[in-house]
Amino acid sequence: MTVREFTALVFLISASAGFLGALTGLGGGVIVTPALTLLLGVDLRYAIGASLVSVIATSSGAAAAFVRDGFSNIRIGMFLEIATTLGAIAGAVLATHIPTSALSIIFGIVLLHAAWQSTHSLPAARTDDAADPLAQRLKLEGAFPGSHGAQHYRARRVKTGFAIMFGAGTLSGLLGIGSGALKVIAMDQAMRIPFKVSTTTSNFMIGVTAAASAGIYLSRGYIDPGLAMPVMLGVLAGSIAGARVLVGARTRVLRITFAVAVAAMAVEMIYSGFQK
Amino acid sequence: MTDERLESIVASLLRTGVSLAAAVVLGGGIVYLVRHGGEHPAYSAFHGEPAEYRYVSSIVRAAFSGQARGIIELGLLILIATPVARVVACVAGFALEKDRAYVVITTIVLAILLYSLISKP
Repeated sequence: MTVREFTALVFLISASAGFLGALTGLGGGVIVTPALTLLLGVDLRYAIGASLVSVIATSSGAAAAFVRDGFSNIRIGMFLEIATTLGAIAGAVLATHIPTSALSIIFGIVLLHAAWQSTHSLPAARTDDAADPLAQRLKLEGAFPGSHGAQHYRARRVKTGFAIMFGAGTLSGLLGIGSGALKVIAMDQAMRIPFKVSTTTSNFMIGVTAAASAGIYLSRGYIDPGLAMPVMLGVLAGSIAGARVLVGARTRVLRITFAVAVAAMAVEMIYSGFQK
Repeated sequence: MTDERLESIVASLLRTGVSLAAAVVLGGGIVYLVRHGGEHPAYSAFHGEPAEYRYVSSIVRAAFSGQARGIIELGLLILIATPVARVVACVAGFALEKDRAYVVITTIVLAILLYSLISKP
């Protein structure tokens, strides 16, 4: 295979990953890495480096739209980014010290969880927790345009959310993914922030989180221009197309089909981890 | 300065950064494919990038000397810098809002980001 053919193939795979990632809400990064390693035999570290770059591109592109719509909360995002960026550095440093076989197994487990979560909606968050004085002091509150006018909310259990965010950052740095699923859990389930605000704020945070580990990946030589170029352009193009189609699309059947495919990749990743 | 105004500045900043990065990566990619398209890719074993593609200063040098891979890496650097620029905009925005707690919070995030970009292992 020549560089030309390889680049075309990687672009096609990445565009499909970006498209399906946007449609199902899984994100393109978590799909492109197993696709590159399992289908094209790319070393996991190169795949993770390229995927991380694509994560910054898609999240920044999508965040631009969400921030404008008034759903994402910049203050909550900025405050929790202290946790995710510290976690991301820890994860990226950890990634350079543990064997790729272990990385492959962890990746598989995270994929399995992502497949499961994409087909199950999170339980409705309770709102009867005590008010958190920390949330008041840090102004972790806001309002979003709802069906009955502006809906107000204030974060609860700030410390728990902060701790989960550190974990989300670590996974992001370790595996080169956005780990949007875990960020949403931290905000929606732990901090009781409305779901729509949680998902859009999570997207807003992903770029900054990924940028923190990108610096470390770059200096360790994980980001190869020849590979990252088609991955970044492909995932970006695919996710923009996916977001366009998403408006009014019925995604339930697609979601389930796709979750099965992702679960299969997850098992393959875990299996290949044990083979090494 | 209001939160809404800051949000719209952040949105256009993100959009501009991603578009610029994608354009530079695409430009470098075309040069790369024209020059190296017939070679054989080797990604099955990890070797790590050469030192010139690992650090900001040497990437910029490689890009401006016309190396295709250097131009792609420069585009990727612009992409990585986009969220960093977003945090800088937030520091300035909260300063104009005279919100001291959030100036401190955003400055901490900025310091963490700069540390990861500048520190060499």
